[in-house]
Amino acid sequence: MTTLPTKTDKKLGLVIDLDICVGCHACAVNCKEWNTGGYGAALSDQDPYGADPAGTWLNRIHTFEVQPPAAEAAVPAQIVHFPRSCLHCEDAPCVTVCPTGASYKREADGIVLVNEDHCMGCGLCAWACPYGAREMDANAGVMKKCTLCVDRIYNENLPEVDRVPACVRTCPAGARHFGDLGDPTSDVSQLVADRGGIDLMPEQETRPVNKYLPPRPKDRPVPGPALAALADPQEKGFLGWLDRTLDRLG
Amino acid sequence: MHPAPSIILFTVLSGLGLGLIATIGFGFGGQGHLFGWIAGPVGLAITAAGGLASLGHLGRPDRAWRALSQWRSSWLSREGVLMLGTMTLFSVYLGLWLLFGLRISLLGWIAGGLAAVTVYATAMIYAQLRTVPRWSGTPTPWMFLGMAATGGLIANGAIAGLVGSDGPGWRAILMLIVGAAVAIWWQTQAAGARRGLYGSSMETATGLSALGRVRLLEPPHTGSNYLLKEMAFEVGRKRAYQLRLIGAVLGFLAPIFLALIALIVGGWLLILALISHIAGMLALRWLFFAEAEHVQALYYGHR
Repeated sequence: MTTLPTKTDKKLGLVIDLDICVGCHACAVNCKEWNTGGYGAALSDQDPYGADPAGTWLNRIHTFEVQPPAAEAAVPAQIVHFPRSCLHCEDAPCVTVCPTGASYKREADGIVLVNEDHCMGCGLCAWACPYGAREMDANAGVMKKCTLCVDRIYNENLPEVDRVPACVRTCPAGARHFGDLGDPTSDVSQLVADRGGIDLMPEQETRPVNKYLPPRPKDRPVPGPALAALADPQEKGFLGWLDRTLDRLG
Repeated sequence: MHPAPSIILFTVLSGLGLGLIATIGFGFGGQGHLFGWIAGPVGLAITAAGGLASLGHLGRPDRAWRALSQWRSSWLSREGVLMLGTMTLFSVYLGLWLLFGLRISLLGWIAGGLAAVTVYATAMIYAQLRTVPRWSGTPTPWMFLGMAATGGLIANGAIAGLVGSDGPGWRAILMLIVGAAVAIWWQTQAAGARRGLYGSSMETATGLSALGRVRLLEPPHTGSNYLLKEMAFEVGRKRAYQLRLIGAVLGFLAPIFLALIALIVGGWLLILALISHIAGMLALRWLFFAEAEHVQALYYGHR
């Protein structure tokens, strides 16, 4: 049934620290490595070694440049690396649009999954997702998405340290955290509270479980471009006095 | 959004077929057995062709039957159930009328009403998507219903004219004018329904508004992917004006002109009006998809 559960026992999800992420793509690579051999159909590639390669990924890393407002134009732009994957929304629009019942949100832990044996590959769930978190696999013809590594986190054959999503386990910078965001005392919930974690596109009314921690404010002023001082030389003597006086006149 | 031929054919043909079914069920236009024998099966065939075209959009069409299961929550599922229900009930109505001479108008009205609800469900597949403001922030269901009614009445008049039954051409003309008005109304609303209609921007998408203005420095990959092909479609947008003109002329102006002449020379001329209208609708429906902007493209720097 593709109705959403009114309440889930847990809200398992990720907290991604944009202050720490270095944009190395290791999470995306390990995600692909684990999930192409794990749950469901493989994550196929098309023309992987050719001129126009494409493929299915459940995690993609964008890099944004943020320019502070014009008044502070002397401040250089800030670079933010931005991993993007399924947010396991509480009001997941991808689930309710599904005509076959293949998409569902688990009542026990809130993970949004696709039953790939029932999916007919209509693509409507991908259209309904504001975050681009679902991708149709061109080989299998079914919808693929982040499973929160459901085949790792409960897997007792793995050492306990490995029972987290592959992206979290592999992140060399420690920018990704996994836990129960429904429990206010959990480490991830505390982290979100301390750092002011945010929802992506709240106006889409999806109530994402995953949270993003915004970059911390700079702890020291960023020096402006070194050449700026040379471009605006201070005249000395009479001309300097004239310049300052004319300036004062407005 | 990617204007896939399968879903353009699906929406245009199923709308036309269901419109024709509705006009026959409601008892509008053509009368008589010969009209029923042609118009009824044609209505069913066009609707079925539309339904089959939609299978072309599926990655696993062998599992399409599963789409009938989630009618409680999914508009796409409701559309499938309603379409099959309409076709079944209309076939019963048609069979009783043509084989046993029993034209039960109540049954016809129910089948016609179901056809209208089916068109509404088709429109809701698109109109429910908050991620595509051009569909959800505009009167999309009224546009789909208006186009289905217009196509249905022209088809009805054309077949009535062919078999020599009384083809009240003025109804088709009136509906064409109403249809053109609905199309203009929808286009007016859609003009402002861009990606940011509900406040989405690159800043809300990344949550970085406090830091300043966001620009994509580097995409995740140098090649393309499903998300870009499907939901960041930009090809051919620069021909939008020409296509809209073709849609207006072929979809409405030429059919009105032909229908006016048909009042003098005979209803059969409405066949040309119908062909022209379908061609115009294909152009307009292409634009319905191609011009629709999806918010996820914000992550790829499409503002």
